Amino acid sequence: MFLINIDFQKCKACGYCIQVCPNKVLAAGSELNEKGYAVTIPERLDKCVGCSMCATVCPEAAIEILKSKTTPQERNAR
Amino acid sequence: MELEYVYKRPSAISSEADGYCPGCLHSTANRIIAEVLDEMDAVGRTIAVFPVGCAVLSAGYFLTDMTIAAHGRAPAVACAIKRCRPDRLVFTYQGDGDLAAIGMCETIHTANRGENITVIFINNSIFGMTGGQMAPTTLIGQASTTGGPSRNPDEVGYPFKMCELINQLEAPKYIARFALDSVPHIREAKKGIKRAFSIQMNGGGYSFVELISNCSTNWKTTPLKSLKFMREKMIPYYPLGEFRKPEEEE
Ligand SMILES: Cc1ncc(C[n+]2csc(CCOP(=O)(O)OP(=O)(O)O)c2C)c(N)n1
Ligand code: SF4
Ligand code: SF4
Repeated sequence: MFLINIDFQKCKACGYCIQVCPNKVLAAGSELNEKGYAVTIPERLDKCVGCSMCATVCPEAAIEILKSKTTPQERNAR
Repeated sequence: MELEYVYKRPSAISSEADGYCPGCLHSTANRIIAEVLDEMDAVGRTIAVFPVGCAVLSAGYFLTDMTIAAHGRAPAVACAIKRCRPDRLVFTYQGDGDLAAIGMCETIHTANRGENITVIFINNSIFGMTGGQMAPTTLIGQASTTGGPSRNPDEVGYPFKMCELINQLEAPKYIARFALDSVPHIREAKKGIKRAFSIQMNGGGYSFVELISNCSTNWKTTPLKSLKFMREKMIPYYPLGEFRKPEEEE
């Protein structure tokens, strides 16, 4: 399971990450940051495979990707 | 829940880094240079030389030592620094107006002397900071405020291919052109920057890395459409690849 952290103040809504994601995890958001950009959101996080293509194209280095070491069994147990 | 990073923001970039337009690939260039500096554990022994142009905004990005040169003179300043501190990783970071117009003399002579520095050249085919004037690299048919709606070679000549020009000289050790438009190209570019820095740190000599970039603001388009322009117009005119590399690397 992966976590996508998009730095709310750093994103400039260029749309590169949304276009490059093979699983359509990311989507244009509607909330504006201090600079007035509509920050991108990881809308379908469950579809993320952790390929890090979004982070590779993000000019602002706004995207960090984390992987949880939780096993599927642990997750099901919750 | 235990977490591990798949991708972490490079520590060589300041947390306050900002300044470029949305989608400007100057920022991507900075990011991959920072990743390489992190991987080489070189932040504390690097001196960057920034130019005049939007490229100077990078001075706010890196946590390395740095200086800013007069327009076009970054390679001359970098030579002086490197000759005084040969143990340091010294690179210049220059746009096409800076490197190929006002700084053409310094660019060529530094390469010709084979100075042991790395020149990183951001080719976005236009003057960014001053509002879209024609650069030496503006494509035939491309619009600019000083070249009109379509660059006409009968009036203003043809766009310079800087890698090919420098490849005529004896001394340079590494000459390569990459692009920043896609995941595979960005990964290649990062490898090339790392190769250039490694050659320098091994005392190998002059390296020149051109990065095909964008300027959606002055191209008067959107970031996503600017990638299309790079793929359809720029890369066909400026072919990607390693023009020269040290023998042991081949
Ligand atoms: C000696 C001198 N001449 C002219 C200028 C004005 N000037 C500032 S930036 C620039 C062009 C920079 O374009 P480029 O190198 O392509 O960089 P970019 O902005 O695209 O990164 C010019 C001509 C200056 N600052 N100093
Ligand atoms: S690539 Fe980066 S800056 Fe651009 S929309 Fe995605 S998170 Fe925001
Ligand atoms: S004007 Fe062009 S080169 Fe300068 S920051 Fe904006 S997009 Fe980048």
